[in-house]
Amino acid sequence: MVLNDEDVRNIARLARLQIDEADIPLYTTELSRVFDLVEQLDEVNIRDIIPMAHPADAVQRLRTDEVTEQNQREKFQKLAPMAESGLYLVPKVIE
Amino acid sequence: MTEQYSETIAGLSKDLRDKKYSAVELTQYFLRRIASSNKILNAIITTTQEQALAAANEADQHIAAGDTNPLTGIPLLHKDIFCTDGIRTSCGSRMLDNFIAPYDATVVAKLHGAGAVMLGKTNMDEFAMGSSNENSYYGPVRNPWDIERVPGGSSGGSAAAVAARLAPAATGSDTGGSIRQPAALCGVTGLKPTYGRVSRYGMVAFASSLDQAGTLTTDARDAALMLNVMAGPDHRDSTSIDHPVPDYSATLDDDISGLRIGIPKESFDEELDDSIATQVNAAIKQLEARGASVKEITLPNMKKAAVAAYYVVASAECSSNLSRMDGVRFGYRCEHPKDLADMYARSRGEAFSREVKRRIMIGTYTLSAGFYDAYYLKAQKVRRVIAEDFRRAFSDIDVIAGPTTPETAFKLKDKTDDPIRMYLSDIYTIAVNLAGLPGISIPCGFSQGLPIGLHLIGNMFDEARLLNVAHQYQQDTDWHRQIPEQIQPGDS
Repeated sequence: MVLNDEDVRNIARLARLQIDEADIPLYTTELSRVFDLVEQLDEVNIRDIIPMAHPADAVQRLRTDEVTEQNQREKFQKLAPMAESGLYLVPKVIE
Repeated sequence: MTEQYSETIAGLSKDLRDKKYSAVELTQYFLRRIASSNKILNAIITTTQEQALAAANEADQHIAAGDTNPLTGIPLLHKDIFCTDGIRTSCGSRMLDNFIAPYDATVVAKLHGAGAVMLGKTNMDEFAMGSSNENSYYGPVRNPWDIERVPGGSSGGSAAAVAARLAPAATGSDTGGSIRQPAALCGVTGLKPTYGRVSRYGMVAFASSLDQAGTLTTDARDAALMLNVMAGPDHRDSTSIDHPVPDYSATLDDDISGLRIGIPKESFDEELDDSIATQVNAAIKQLEARGASVKEITLPNMKKAAVAAYYVVASAECSSNLSRMDGVRFGYRCEHPKDLADMYARSRGEAFSREVKRRIMIGTYTLSAGFYDAYYLKAQKVRRVIAEDFRRAFSDIDVIAGPTTPETAFKLKDKTDDPIRMYLSDIYTIAVNLAGLPGISIPCGFSQGLPIGLHLIGNMFDEARLLNVAHQYQQDTDWHRQIPEQIQPGDS
């Protein structure tokens, strides 16, 4: 499978990654090579095989619905690039 | 002081209890070794001297009171993927260069609770993506056996630090071989437990269905001491498994006569370096001399199909996990974003390396509408086929043995321009993560002065047997006691 530069620009946009335009051709080549490798999946017979999500086929554990963690908003917001009055600040979204 | 650097955890622990030296003295000793050698090796990103001395002081009080366990006062290093409360947890990335973790990973809390003394945080490939440790924001780690060569990755800092005896042990994480491959390349013992055996809480997530925390130590006995503390279910990690935790030290001396070893013929192919094949075969003979029997098996999908499935599953999960790195709540934010979309794209674009971006893009593509069935679902099916291959093999064998890597440590920059060649460094280890099995790499010889690893794979939750076999092998050999020369003199 071969990707083109436009595919790569589109993937980068979906992934919210800014890629320098000059680097696009290199990503196109490298990603195409990875997908060539991935084509080896087609050599395995997977008819009637159930997909595997957890190596021990464990299912999500349930617990009683009670509060177990304390609110640590101030401690966590100290890590934020910009926070004020208990809010995370980002560039204006709506004019 | 005497030569503590050549001691194991078990040896140091005895000396501490015998009051040959204090935990504070031992900590200062290893901090000095780090100060003198890390400039060359770059194995450690952050040294936590103040916290280490406080923890050592506390350990000394426990020792004085006779209240000890095997890790009391033992210095060790944590891979910088484990969150450490109040201490930078960078994961090798510019994205988290300013991230001071607000809590301890369960692994960190358990080892601290057992009296171990954290000396610092080790270098690693960014977000554990890499096999050479060249993909770190903090620069490459150098292999103490030859500083022009890589230590392997992604737990390369931990492996190099233990090999150079900057600490008797370190933690690591293994998603496709990230403990075992650097252990092989640096000549140390690297244990990746069964998926779910050790809690992933507080271990920065790369590929959640593959990631597992483990150990890098000089020998199997020390790995058992560490795993005794680290293993067990955790209500904070819903994928951790509630399975009884045996005393891994108790069975190390068990006789291995009658052990049934399977040798996958796929492991001995044209890609395998001849000198590695020779040493690995000699190691298997050594186990036969202790009464083990050997049988050829076949794992037809353990290589190319496994690598293909791995790069789909791991990349898909990484694209999802790393979406939390958005410049809003923590981590790097670009200067002067013009709007929200620009802030996301530039923060991520500026802070992630090319390898991380590549993997996020692979994952984004394979999970996008219309492609899910063709990639992720197919890879999850191939994954089950691989797990079934192992299950069949384990119906009449106890362990699988082979080489950990196809070649010894390669030169810096040798593979940085060719991601596919880099990915194939993990060709013998990846299938084990897909199947969720435990694996260990132990030193089994040298080729032109560079260490070689013997890879043992166990059945689910059979870490005790892997450690038993490894320990028995280490009774007959001294490869694991070899220490790289240029580091050996120390500074004590």
